[in-house]
Amino acid sequence: MAKYKIVHYLNQFFGGIGGEDKADYKPAIQEGKVGPGLALSAALGEDYEIVATVICGDNYFGENLDEATDAIIEMVKGYAPDVFVAGPAFNAGRYGVACGTICKAVEERLGIPVITAEYEENPGVDMFRKDLIIVKTGDSAATLRKSMPNLAALVKKLATGAEVLGPEEEGYHERGIRVNYFAEERGSERAIQMLVKKMKGEEFDTDLPMPKFDRVDPAAPIADITKAKIALVTSGGIVPQGNPDHIESSNATKFGVYSIEGMDEMSPDDFTTIHGGYDRQFVMKNPNLVIPLDVMREMEKDGEFGELANYFCSTTGTGTATGSAAKFGDAIGKKLVENHVDGVILVST
Amino acid sequence: MVKGIERYGLPVVHMATVVPISLTIGANRIIPGVGIPYPLGDPTQGEVDSKKIRKSMVRRALKALQTPVEEQTVFE
Repeated sequence: MAKYKIVHYLNQFFGGIGGEDKADYKPAIQEGKVGPGLALSAALGEDYEIVATVICGDNYFGENLDEATDAIIEMVKGYAPDVFVAGPAFNAGRYGVACGTICKAVEERLGIPVITAEYEENPGVDMFRKDLIIVKTGDSAATLRKSMPNLAALVKKLATGAEVLGPEEEGYHERGIRVNYFAEERGSERAIQMLVKKMKGEEFDTDLPMPKFDRVDPAAPIADITKAKIALVTSGGIVPQGNPDHIESSNATKFGVYSIEGMDEMSPDDFTTIHGGYDRQFVMKNPNLVIPLDVMREMEKDGEFGELANYFCSTTGTGTATGSAAKFGDAIGKKLVENHVDGVILVST
Repeated sequence: MVKGIERYGLPVVHMATVVPISLTIGANRIIPGVGIPYPLGDPTQGEVDSKKIRKSMVRRALKALQTPVEEQTVFE
């Protein structure tokens, strides 16, 4: 019997090309399995073969979404795989978004079943959960082996056309899809059971979960920019040399507030970046690339806006829990309002 | 972070390179960055041009802060 063919997508790191310094690596395809493909192949068994692996740098993909997608589609097409697998991306944000984007494109344009795997806080999950099956993983590559059985089981189902059950049974992220089925108990009985559990203060599963909308209405615009006080905030990990607050280079638990009073620009002698998620060489040489103090001072002098707040707020946005980021935002917002700031420029790397 | 700040009624312009992420997290005013390792400017074009790019982007950011928006808007 011919084996089922898999094409696997990896980023530059898992593909063994290199770290952040190689994140601009252009998409390339090679025969056979690479890195996590070995574990996937072992979990799939001998009826399945990873015929080729596409490797692309996370920055290249993020900055050239259309070109990268087109190029990879062409590469995958030639192998006519039975299933296309991307990742797992764990909690790597750019990688997760790349996995989701390329999976969606392969499914839509080539009609090939696709699957990826990510941690629940990866932004790729919310972006693509409605379009794709995204297997649940832990937040780091240490959970690779644990996530393989679920991933492999679903790859097999996709390859053979077997029925994919619900997210809880199969271990993937909920997609918001309703499937009709005959329940053993009718609605009125289920409702009474839920009500009784609720009255007892017990956990119960609702038949109709409400969607969670976490959106904030756009704030009103600044009416008179010439009188407005503007503040700079960043997730790019800019800190004074020596990182006095010991802000973490990944999964930050705090943010810092740093004075720029009397400074005309961000000098690399005074500031650096400790962000662990991008190639820092450019920003270490010129921190104005993230905190645009040089041009803002010129514009302030020229009256293009009222005044610049005399500090900036900074944290690291890589691998940082969304719950932490929400807390930072709340604390920063409170401080800015107290200091009569009228508008905020928030720069992310 | 963007939402946490904007909840206080302050307009926030998010300057970010990967715009789809910015849309997912719920930023309302978005300006695409130049590149992940250099969002504001392009050092590969030399410091003078890089700074010019930065200035025009910050100008666009100030304009975005003065623009009423009803929904998530990318200011290209």
